[in-house]
Amino acid sequence: MSLLENKKIIIIGDRDGIPGQAIEECVKTAGGEIVFSSTECFV
Amino acid sequence: MDLENQKRVKEFAEKYGPENIVVILGAAEGEAAGLAAETVTNGDPTFAGPLTGVQLGLSVFHICEPEIKELVDESVYDEQVGMMEMVLDVDDIISEMTAIREEFSKYL
Repeated sequence: MSLLENKKIIIIGDRDGIPGQAIEECVKTAGGEIVFSSTECFV
Repeated sequence: MDLENQKRVKEFAEKYGPENIVVILGAAEGEAAGLAAETVTNGDPTFAGPLTGVQLGLSVFHICEPEIKELVDESVYDEQVGMMEMVLDVDDIISEMTAIREEFSKYL
């Protein structure tokens, strides 16, 4: 079973790394339900 | 992790149950990834946000870790993450994330 199957996915992207939106596009192809996505600056 | 995001993570853990959540990070460095991972597992290490002292133990990964990367469509991954992955220290990120998961994650 996939690690993400039947899971609620929370995405915390990083403006200086991988933004939330890019992670969203990836996770959509991997299964799981995205419940929240954000892009923050860790500095 | 910013305080608003900590609040949302806490709310989702209460709403769906911590065992049903996976957090995926996009941090640019191992240290930042580790701090965010610690925040959603063992509580906010800076003692500033709503997750201070809250040990959710969530399952948490970085998008560049093989466990997640192998699940993603290869062409989408290359398009969305490929460029950044080349400039990130992925080995450092994996080592930080693995250490935090082994110590604090309750749902693996």
